[in-house]
Amino acid sequence: MLTAPRMERCIGCHSCSLACARQVHRRLSWDTAGIRVASSGGLTSGFEAKTCLACNPAPCARACPTDAFSQRAGGGVVVRKKLCIRCGRCAQACPVDAVYLDPAGEPFVCLHCGRCVPFCPHDCLELAPIPERACLPGAGPEVLP
Amino acid sequence: MIRDHFRVLRVDLASGRGELLELEGRNEVAGGSGLAALLFERFARLDRPWDDPEQPLIFAIGPLTGYFPLMSKTVCAFRSPYHDQYAESHAGGRSALALRFADLDALVLTGRAACPSCLLVGSRQLELRDAHYLWGSDVLTAGKALRRMFRGSGHRSILRIGPAGENRSAMACINADTYRHFGRLGGGAVMGAKNVKALCLVGDASFPLPEGRAYTQVFDEVHRQVTATEMMRKYHNLGTPANVAVLNGLRALPCRNLQQTSDPQVEGITGERFADAALLRNSACSGCPVGCIHVGFVREKFMADNRYLFRQVAYDFEPIFSIGSMLGVFDAFAVLGLLDAVERMGLDVMSAGVALAWATEATEKDLVAEAETAVGLRFGDAETYKAAVAHLARGTNDFYRLLASGTRNAAARYGGDDFACVLGQEMAGYASGEVFFVGQALGLRHSHLDVGGYTYEEKHPERDAGAAVAFYEADERERAVLTSMVACLFARGVYTATLLAECLRCVGYEALAQDLGALGREVQKRRWRARLATGYQPEAVTIPKRFAEVENWKGGIDPGFLSQLQAAYARRIRELGGQAPA
Ligand code: SF4
Ligand code: SF4
Ligand code: SF4
Repeated sequence: MLTAPRMERCIGCHSCSLACARQVHRRLSWDTAGIRVASSGGLTSGFEAKTCLACNPAPCARACPTDAFSQRAGGGVVVRKKLCIRCGRCAQACPVDAVYLDPAGEPFVCLHCGRCVPFCPHDCLELAPIPERACLPGAGPEVLP
Repeated sequence: MIRDHFRVLRVDLASGRGELLELEGRNEVAGGSGLAALLFERFARLDRPWDDPEQPLIFAIGPLTGYFPLMSKTVCAFRSPYHDQYAESHAGGRSALALRFADLDALVLTGRAACPSCLLVGSRQLELRDAHYLWGSDVLTAGKALRRMFRGSGHRSILRIGPAGENRSAMACINADTYRHFGRLGGGAVMGAKNVKALCLVGDASFPLPEGRAYTQVFDEVHRQVTATEMMRKYHNLGTPANVAVLNGLRALPCRNLQQTSDPQVEGITGERFADAALLRNSACSGCPVGCIHVGFVREKFMADNRYLFRQVAYDFEPIFSIGSMLGVFDAFAVLGLLDAVERMGLDVMSAGVALAWATEATEKDLVAEAETAVGLRFGDAETYKAAVAHLARGTNDFYRLLASGTRNAAARYGGDDFACVLGQEMAGYASGEVFFVGQALGLRHSHLDVGGYTYEEKHPERDAGAAVAFYEADERERAVLTSMVACLFARGVYTATLLAECLRCVGYEALAQDLGALGREVQKRRWRARLATGYQPEAVTIPKRFAEVENWKGGIDPGFLSQLQAAYARRIRELGGQAPA
């Protein structure tokens, strides 16, 4: 999974978001990307990354009424845009605001491909194995579609 | 967004309403500097002064903004309060990408808001908000409030002014996203005159990229050159403050109002010293992996029993020279403390430092009484300078009001013009010689970035006015191409004409890619035309005597060469702007 373990090194250059938008989504954008970087309360206080934490079970997938978001083995989601009806439930369900909805309601979320990682000049990002988590697969709270 | 025209939003601040314009000229002027000159010609009122509400305040980006690394700057253009003529000022930060993602090639503000206001512009928003309650607040306080007022994704840029801009000081800057500035020639005053405390640009649109693999391939190549080679290392490592020790070693570092060009105490303010003792972290403009912004800290005891406060301040070579060596302040933390005071007031640090350096020497020479400066200026006394900075920004008496309109205006009243370190505007930190002095004194922006005079001087010790003028012309033209894109000039080694053409081609600007030489000539002509049309007389510029007295590694200055070079460049400027020599 994509992790951002060293955000205290971040310089706010947005190279990661721009790389994801460019390479994965073929767009020029700050937003239509699996990772978005914002100052954590003003530029003087450093930066934080909004990106998918690879939940298992994934509340966003459970919330999706058409299976456009479905559970990815191990954690996170697989996205099939063709099935998406732009209801926006995935974004509402994500506890860490990792799903970006563009103005037309199209969802953008990290696919954990790692293609942004080499563009970070300060090595803030890392593709890492999904950690063992206390909550067993399937044991999370039920989220009704 | 790739398009063959310009998409420009003009906002009338009196009504708060906007007008979207589609303008021709992409293939002639590209964007940035070229677009700014085009818009100035269209909207400026030549018959009215800089603070007439109708005068435009222009922010322009280029065709490659956001598409490639280090295409990260915005050009701001206006009629300047400093000389009432056409001016350009450039800044990094996030404003360039914010404008790109607001889907605008340029934003033009005309008119004057009825009360102090903030303007919000995004791809789907336009709103002028009353913000009278922010008037009078310093840049940092205003920044905090603005972040609360304009809640957003973080993908936005906040441009704001401090008390200096509100008071229409010709030395007022526009602060861009805390750590960058449209510093020079008084853009902050133009915003102040329009009653705009802040401008919030929201970058909330996204665009499809060109089909095919070419774009990604060229991007990766640029990115590789920018990050994997040594080219950018110096800007990342010590950053521009590395120049302090280098120039001091060459005896070209202006110290104590240019009475010296080196100082034994320099160790206290070198780039190495700042990095070792005061560097907290780096920061970057949006879209730039280099991260040249160096953020230091100020720690001040404000009460007994170890009560401290802590602030972060970005430093660079120019601030270190202007409020460090120029004011005889040779302690890194004293420089940062003073810089913090300048930042809060929204003053251009270079102009403020050089103006106060003159005021200090004028005080020493009994031309200016202590009653005028209110604080008793002495070289090296950072605490007193902090108080003076507030006087200068707020224009608390006749002396400070006059000084803030330009050091030579004060010198004309009080005497001491000989030692006013002004080259068109307050000097930049290079006492390198005739080519630099004339380049800044006559240059379009009166900036050390108009032409690289100091590097030329190092490589060409011979005093050949014809060769130097040819260099000015060619170097300015090359830079005009880059500032039309709008690239950070630190990337000029990477963005060769060949690579730039590839960049343009792969996103679909074939016509622009074909003849960058013609583009450079066109932009150069239009900028000079705009400057001359607002009354510039290059042959009337004078260079104060202090510059002729400089001694550096090359020896002394040759006054004959200085005036010969000046006359030749003035003639060439007239020609470049399409006029017969005066
Ligand atoms: S998008 Fe949000 S809810 Fe879905 S898996 Fe990632 S972090 Fe969890
Ligand atoms: S890991 Fe892949 S999908 Fe996720 S942010 Fe990076 S590039 Fe985008
Ligand atoms: S690329 Fe790295 S340094 Fe730049 S914004 Fe992303 S995480 Fe921060």
